[in-house]
Amino acid sequence: MSKDKMKYQLKIPSITDNLELIRMIISTVAEKVGFNPDDVSKIELAVDEACANVIKHAYSKNQLQPIDLVIEIDYKKMSIVVTDHGKGFDFTKMPQTDVKEYLAEMRVGGLGIYLMKALMDEVEFNSHPGMKTQVKMVKYFLKNGELELAKEK
Amino acid sequence: MESFEVTKKHDGNVVVLNIKGYLDAHTAPMLENGLQSLIDQGQFRIVVNFKDLIYISSAGLGVFMGFIENIRNNQGDIKLTNMNPKIFRVFDLLGFPMLYDIMEDEQQAITKFNS
Repeated sequence: MSKDKMKYQLKIPSITDNLELIRMIISTVAEKVGFNPDDVSKIELAVDEACANVIKHAYSKNQLQPIDLVIEIDYKKMSIVVTDHGKGFDFTKMPQTDVKEYLAEMRVGGLGIYLMKALMDEVEFNSHPGMKTQVKMVKYFLKNGELELAKEK
Repeated sequence: MESFEVTKKHDGNVVVLNIKGYLDAHTAPMLENGLQSLIDQGQFRIVVNFKDLIYISSAGLGVFMGFIENIRNNQGDIKLTNMNPKIFRVFDLLGFPMLYDIMEDEQQAITKFNS
C-alpha cells in the first residue's frame, strides 16, 4: 500500500435505501486497503449505524438531505467521518448506553452508538447544533499488541 | 433494491419465518410487518431461521426487541436459529443471548416449543 494519505469524499442523499450502497463503498475500500474480512465487516456495520442514525434522528426521516462521508487512509489506519447538517445532538448529555439496562427494559433502538464503539478502535462525536454533527470512527491496521511487536521487528 | 425477503411456513402450532438477505434500517419494516401479521393472527410461537441472512444491523435487532414482550405476555416466544458467526457476533455484542433462545437449528427450536 502507498505511504501517501488517501482521501475519498462522498455526498449521499439521506434515504435508508442508500445504506446498502454506503456499505458496498465502505467495505470495498476497507478490503482494498488490506483489512481482513472480520475487520471489513466491523467497519461496514459501524458506518451503517452512523448513517442510519443520521437518517432517522438528525434528519428525522426528512429525505434527500446530504450525508457527507469522508474516508481517509494512511499507513496505520482508516478513518471515516460522517457529517450531517441536521438538528444536532448534545453528546455531553448522552447517557452511557448500558446494554443490560436496554435489554432488561426491552427498549427499541439506541443500540447503534454502543455497536459503533464496540466495533471500532476510536469513535468521536462533535455536534454544533444548527450547523453540523460529525462522527469520526477509526480502525487501525494493527492492534496495540501487534504495533509493539511490529516496532520490535 | 429488493435485498430482503421473509417467507413463512407452519410446523404444527409453530410458525417458522425464514429471513434472507440484508436486514438493516431500510428492510427492518418488512420483518416488522411479518411479525405483526403473525401477532394479529394470534400466532405467538415463532421460530426465525437466519440461515440465509447475510447481514444485520441494530435496526434488525430492534425489531425483535419491539415484539418480544407482547409475545411472551401471550405465553409465546421468538426463538432464533441457524445464525452464521458474523450475524451471531452482532447479537452477542449486544447481549442478546441473555434474553433470547438462540439455537443451532430450526428443528431443535420447534422441538423445544413442543416439549
